[in-house]
Amino acid sequence: MSPTDAAGGGDETIHSAATLEFRQATKRYPGQDEPAVDALSLEVPAGEICVLVGPSGCGKTTAMRMVNRMIDITEGDILLDGKSVRERPPAALRREIGYAIQQIGLFPHQTIAENIGTVPRLLGWPKERIRSRVDELLELVSLDPHETRDRYPAQLSGGQRQRVGVARALAVDPPLMLMDEPFGAIDPINRERLQNEFLRLQREIRKTIVFVTHDIDEAIKMGDRIAVLQTGGRLAQYAPPAELLMYPAGKFVEDFVGADRALKRLALQRVRDIDLWKVAQIRVGEPVSEARAKLRDADISIALLVDEGGRPTGWLSDEGLAGERAKEALRSRAEPVIDLDDVLRDALANLLVAETRYAPVVDAEGRVVGVLSLEVIGHFLQEAPAESRTGAELVEEPE
Amino acid sequence: MTFDLIAQLQTRERTGAGCVAENGFCPDWIADNLDRYVDPFWQHVYLTVVSVTIGFAIAFTLAVIAHRRRWLVAPVAAFTGALYTIPSVAFFFLLQPLTGRGNTTALIALVSYTLLIIFRNVITGLAAVPDEAKDAARGMGLTERQLLWRIEMPLALPEILAGLRIASTTTVGLAALAFFAGAGGLGAVLEEQAFFRSNVVVAGGLAILLAAALDLIILAAQRALTPWRRAAA
Repeated sequence: MSPTDAAGGGDETIHSAATLEFRQATKRYPGQDEPAVDALSLEVPAGEICVLVGPSGCGKTTAMRMVNRMIDITEGDILLDGKSVRERPPAALRREIGYAIQQIGLFPHQTIAENIGTVPRLLGWPKERIRSRVDELLELVSLDPHETRDRYPAQLSGGQRQRVGVARALAVDPPLMLMDEPFGAIDPINRERLQNEFLRLQREIRKTIVFVTHDIDEAIKMGDRIAVLQTGGRLAQYAPPAELLMYPAGKFVEDFVGADRALKRLALQRVRDIDLWKVAQIRVGEPVSEARAKLRDADISIALLVDEGGRPTGWLSDEGLAGERAKEALRSRAEPVIDLDDVLRDALANLLVAETRYAPVVDAEGRVVGVLSLEVIGHFLQEAPAESRTGAELVEEPE
Repeated sequence: MTFDLIAQLQTRERTGAGCVAENGFCPDWIADNLDRYVDPFWQHVYLTVVSVTIGFAIAFTLAVIAHRRRWLVAPVAAFTGALYTIPSVAFFFLLQPLTGRGNTTALIALVSYTLLIIFRNVITGLAAVPDEAKDAARGMGLTERQLLWRIEMPLALPEILAGLRIASTTTVGLAALAFFAGAGGLGAVLEEQAFFRSNVVVAGGLAILLAAALDLIILAAQRALTPWRRAAA
């Protein structure tokens, strides 16, 4: 059962995802010259993750908190599914918007089940429905319901608490989620894991999400779109990750995304997304004349010996093509072998570690489909981001 | 010499009157006279429980009001603090022209002494509730009232009950002076024969027992009401 089905069983109208629009939204604190958020305008399509990123004091958290009226807008408006948030009573509005913060804010005196059931209780769900929803959510965030539900927050690890925080925010299947540095307080290894888990979850639940972070790498990984804010709450750029890295709008964004922005683009692409070199695939016993014809047609002047199943054996030496038929005479083994689904950054790392300039690429069955070389990667880095993927699409499926 | 002493001791043991005359600790006399402590004891319980209950009701209400209006905390603390500094005997006498002798006068004074302790502990307990829990609660759509009663109050409970324990122990002690206001209690019996050791031991011992019992009852309530604190350990 999908979470949508479970939560949609009641009387409340539950949408799976909402559109969000900031329209000249401004927050001005009395007695301060500069606004905290300055005429912010951006649209988040339903089901996408919009990351608000920027240095501290740029107003990213303020902008997020304006959405559920934790901070009230002074000018402009924010529209949720076309309806102004200013027209809604704050408490009712907030119950329809998932809310997860860095410090998590679990209630220490309530069990995990009670914590997760907070908003369902506010909405008056029957006990039985809350119970089954809690178990379902715990499973969704990879926690064992039997072991977890009756524990108190202090009895869980930081990573487990963070998962409970996300489960609690998802409790009533809200069409919009606000997440303020939700993985900020977690150690790097667990953060990476939680990010991947969350992206996998998002692929399933397809919520509209406003995600605040100060970490550009996290922004690139998590975001379908990234809004870079600069001090004074001004929007510096709003673009998909690849575009942001390729065409930073001005010095501020360029500095903020970092001097290694070209390398960061490698993290956004899989090997299958780029044009590989064509390679002559030769089998033992194949007539050399045919082999030579294949070589002329290839992008690389060395032939690749493959076995019956098309799997790479090694790079053929001149001697291998000396006689009538191709012999198994190798100049080197075919290492490393790159997977078609590898992220480009990892593939490049493999090449560098093996101290080689090129390597065969295989598909899921292990069959050779082409060759990846440093030249191919270099060529990609000079190209415009035609159809680069977003972080969510790059997270691998669990084994 | 030694024989004399033993003979004397034997005499005392046989006749309670001799023990009383010697102003000793006399189990026989205590056993015979236990009745005279029953009413004063219950009067003491009454004074303590009623004044702590009323004091709690007033101080708790003040704290809840001041919790969301922080500017009220300082004046309320100053006022209850001033009450706290009035010497108790003086308080019992000062009130008599207005409220006469009896329970009313005693209760007014005893209630006054509980206010500062309970008020401060409720305020401190509420202030110690983690900001992130409050932020999460508001962010999920709890109203201010729901936030107070479902999140802040349960989390402040250990501190509140700690205040109640101090208040009740203090009140048991102060109620021993309530006889100055004509309200009886264990202090009254104690004062009747203030130089008779057996009397002092029984009256004083009952007061100590009462303080300890109330303390244990509140402690037990605290443990029963805050299972999450044990789980954390």
